[in-house]
Amino acid sequence: MAETTMTHTSQMEPRPAGWRGIAADWASDQRAFKNVSWGKAMMWIFLLSDTFIFGCFLLSYMTARISTRVPWPNPSEVFALRIGGSEIPLILIAIMTFVLISSSGTMAMAVNFGYRRDRRKTAILMLLTAALGATFVGMQAFEWTKLITEGVRPWGNPWGAAQFGSCFFMITGFHGTHVTIGVIFLIIVARKVWRGDFDIGRSGFFTSRRGRYENVEIMGLYWHFVDLVWVFIFAFFYLW
Amino acid sequence: MAEATANGLGQHALHATHAQDGATAAVAPAEVHQEHPIKLYLVVWAWLFILSTCSYLVDYFGIHGYLRWSLILIFMMLKAGLIVAVFMHMAWERLAMMYAIILPPILVLVFVTMMVFEADYTLLTRIAFFGPGP
Repeated sequence: MAETTMTHTSQMEPRPAGWRGIAADWASDQRAFKNVSWGKAMMWIFLLSDTFIFGCFLLSYMTARISTRVPWPNPSEVFALRIGGSEIPLILIAIMTFVLISSSGTMAMAVNFGYRRDRRKTAILMLLTAALGATFVGMQAFEWTKLITEGVRPWGNPWGAAQFGSCFFMITGFHGTHVTIGVIFLIIVARKVWRGDFDIGRSGFFTSRRGRYENVEIMGLYWHFVDLVWVFIFAFFYLW
Repeated sequence: MAEATANGLGQHALHATHAQDGATAAVAPAEVHQEHPIKLYLVVWAWLFILSTCSYLVDYFGIHGYLRWSLILIFMMLKAGLIVAVFMHMAWERLAMMYAIILPPILVLVFVTMMVFEADYTLLTRIAFFGPGP
């Protein structure tokens, strides 16, 4: 398969810059993404479809919030925590944001050490990323518990528009699921790196194909995407 | 890569001469690996922290109205741009790839516009039938 469909950059005609180059890349009888491996291109396309899913969630939240006659609960007060006798607005969400950004930072560095073939540092940084991700999910569980005990339900809440609960559980729940899946896969890939699977070309347990250090970068793409989605949720749901 | 900017009929001639030299025969490896200095990631990481703090302070100081919304959107777009460009290495990808991934989400804005009109209409209908909110 690879021999007939792949077009290597080294055998390729030089391309014009800008839009003419894009048109040339997408022209018929060739591979569109020249120097991007299939694994990476497919992960990007999956992330694009995931973007649409989260886009639709945020859109439905926007529609619900605009179209209700009842005032929307103030997220600044709803997500405030009492620390040391004073109410600090949105503090838990801010900490969660910093935790997720830090995990993105450690992941980016894991990818970097992966390409330098530093097995130890890559695996440790990936496990650190997984730990930060798990911390994030834990804090989200705490937040859900707090809101549920305060009486937030998908069909109503004590402070205002009934749609608040359903939007909150849907959006943060789906994002939390993504983080959880990411943590599981981080641990799996970190184990492979630690064992040296990518150095000796050991077959994967699921696809039976040899992995490469690029797998770390593909894993990183997914993890950064989870962080990216949180940037939008933080802006539109918590701050707006 | 000077020949990347050349276009039209000149390409073949250019390529042929280079092949004869042997100096630039190999244009690029088949798959480009992303290797950048660690410092770059640390700088971006610091910026993400600063921008997150800024967007949190917007809420902390209780800024309201158009200033609040524009600040939130600016900080959000800057953060998203940094993550996609540097952490996800999009800045170093081929242009055909960049446009294929980044253009479609921007088209969601059309959907947003449609739903803003739809939601406004729903609100008007609700006010007309049930009266203004409680």
